[in-house]
Amino acid sequence: MADTDHGNPGKRRFLLAATTVAGGAAAVAAASPFFLSWFPSERAKAAGAPVEFDMSKVEPGMLVTVEWRGKPVWIVHRTKEMLDSLDAVASELADPGSDVTMQPDYCKNKERAQKPQYLVVEGICTHLGCSPTALLKSGTESGLGEGWKGGFYCSCHGSKFDLAGRVFKGVPAPTNLRIPAHTYLSETRVLIGEDKKGA
Amino acid sequence: MGALMQWIDERFPATKLWKEHLSEYYAPKNFNFWYYFGSLALLVLVIQIVSGIFLTMHYKPDAAQAFNSVEYIMRDVPGGWIIRYIHSTGASMFFVVVYLHMFRGLIYGSHRKPRELIWLFGTLIYLVLMAEAFMGYLLPWGQMSYWGAQVIVNLFSAVPFIGEDLSVWIRGDYVIGDATLSRFFALHVIALPLVLIALVVVHIIALHEVGSNNPDGVEIKKNKDPKTGKPLDGIPFHPYYTLKDMVGVVVFLMVFTAIIFFAPEMGGYFLEYNNFIPADPLVTPPHIAPVWYFTPFYSILRAVPPMFGSQFPGVVAMGLAVVILFFLPWLDRGKVKSIRYRGTLFKSWIVAFVVVFLILGYLGTKPTNLWGQFGGWLGHAEVATVVARLCTLAYFAFFLLMPWYTSKDKTLPEPSRVTH
Repeated sequence: MADTDHGNPGKRRFLLAATTVAGGAAAVAAASPFFLSWFPSERAKAAGAPVEFDMSKVEPGMLVTVEWRGKPVWIVHRTKEMLDSLDAVASELADPGSDVTMQPDYCKNKERAQKPQYLVVEGICTHLGCSPTALLKSGTESGLGEGWKGGFYCSCHGSKFDLAGRVFKGVPAPTNLRIPAHTYLSETRVLIGEDKKGA
Repeated sequence: MGALMQWIDERFPATKLWKEHLSEYYAPKNFNFWYYFGSLALLVLVIQIVSGIFLTMHYKPDAAQAFNSVEYIMRDVPGGWIIRYIHSTGASMFFVVVYLHMFRGLIYGSHRKPRELIWLFGTLIYLVLMAEAFMGYLLPWGQMSYWGAQVIVNLFSAVPFIGEDLSVWIRGDYVIGDATLSRFFALHVIALPLVLIALVVVHIIALHEVGSNNPDGVEIKKNKDPKTGKPLDGIPFHPYYTLKDMVGVVVFLMVFTAIIFFAPEMGGYFLEYNNFIPADPLVTPPHIAPVWYFTPFYSILRAVPPMFGSQFPGVVAMGLAVVILFFLPWLDRGKVKSIRYRGTLFKSWIVAFVVVFLILGYLGTKPTNLWGQFGGWLGHAEVATVVARLCTLAYFAFFLLMPWYTSKDKTLPEPSRVTH
């Protein structure tokens, strides 16, 4: 057996290559648990549970931050003037119709909300994940000049969003702010992080 | 003693290694000031490893305890504050020394044939060092730790198609959290230091194989003593350069200790003020900037506008700004190695590169509205952003036009022997 192998270099080369391939495949397989271990653990996934919030706690014109999945979620109670500003700034926005899907379908409207007065939006800039500053008041008081109609300003890289979290043109952020899935359990109680059952 | 050495040498090449790498490693005799920084980089590596080992004895890699454990080291652990400041100052000084070391290579042509691999290993060291520094910066779990990591990890989410999953995979969670802190700790204290040490060994083996370059950029191995076979312009590394480097070490340690005792925060450049506030996932500090050694690249990232609704081009530009260093040995087509014999063209580009790198570095520490806006004639563009864009173009032009201006440059003839 051994003698015949000596005279068969083609077979040797084949066996060497086959062993190398099999060994390489085994090494990749052995690396997979290490690779997989970097994905979120079951505990981290469980921590993404929805959060309940009572809208009646938010005065008109005010913002409240709620923590969901470790991220800030802003609840803004918009006044009539604030809602009017959404039309006024529409021409300066990059995606006024929210065509890029950054919201559940039931929030694909001008106000980006189920109830126009209540904005529920993730307070994480779509550029590089800083949390923008809420500059809800219009005018020079904001520090952004006379033309400012109220919205959010990300001081990290200068991105601007309107009062529906829609991004302005010419800023680093590529898309509107993300609207999380949320369901109204009653007139004022909202469950953040879950769609309507069966919706 | 002699018998003992002989016993060892028959089993382990102790004397052989000593001769090859120290007492009979012939280095050019015309090394100048710039040649301190290689040995100093090695010194800082040792300082970081030793101070780092002692920090791990008191630090807790747990999101709930990390910030407090650093404060515990600073206030309660005997000598803890000095160990921590040694480590934080060491991180910045590592980059000071490495940047000067790389610049030395650039001006004297140490990246040129036959030293291309030394340059490649060195650039890899720089890359790993950046990863090491970035991950170490998360550990104190302050506001800058948290939001700096948030921004940098989010860079990966800009990668088309797999970006979102990739950034979740890196974080181990949907946001920077305990999982991220624990894995960064593991990488910072075990994985990357091992890689770093291995690369340093390879870097030095490659250097000692071909021999050191020198400020004249001439090969001392071309002129050997016909009797001994030793380079005429070479002197043994030990004792000549070990002694010279010790002078460098003493001066360096004077500066190093002065920083530790009198300005450990270095006006917010070595330790940012916002990092003395515990990480808060709900509030970003009004101005966030990376530590100074990353700011030139951060400026390049900010300078590139989003294209096709994606910030990926900026991320690519930042990555390329580092990766392009790997190509330096093949971009440089100069007839001579050292800046001493190069022409005005090359010298002007070097000056421009240094200026541009410093401006980018400075701008990266500041908000983009730093210098206000241009008038309507330039569409109210931010002055600092426009400057950063011009500097980014110049940065890349320095490398991409290098084959052209180095080959076109009017060089002086190289001497055959080193000068003083």
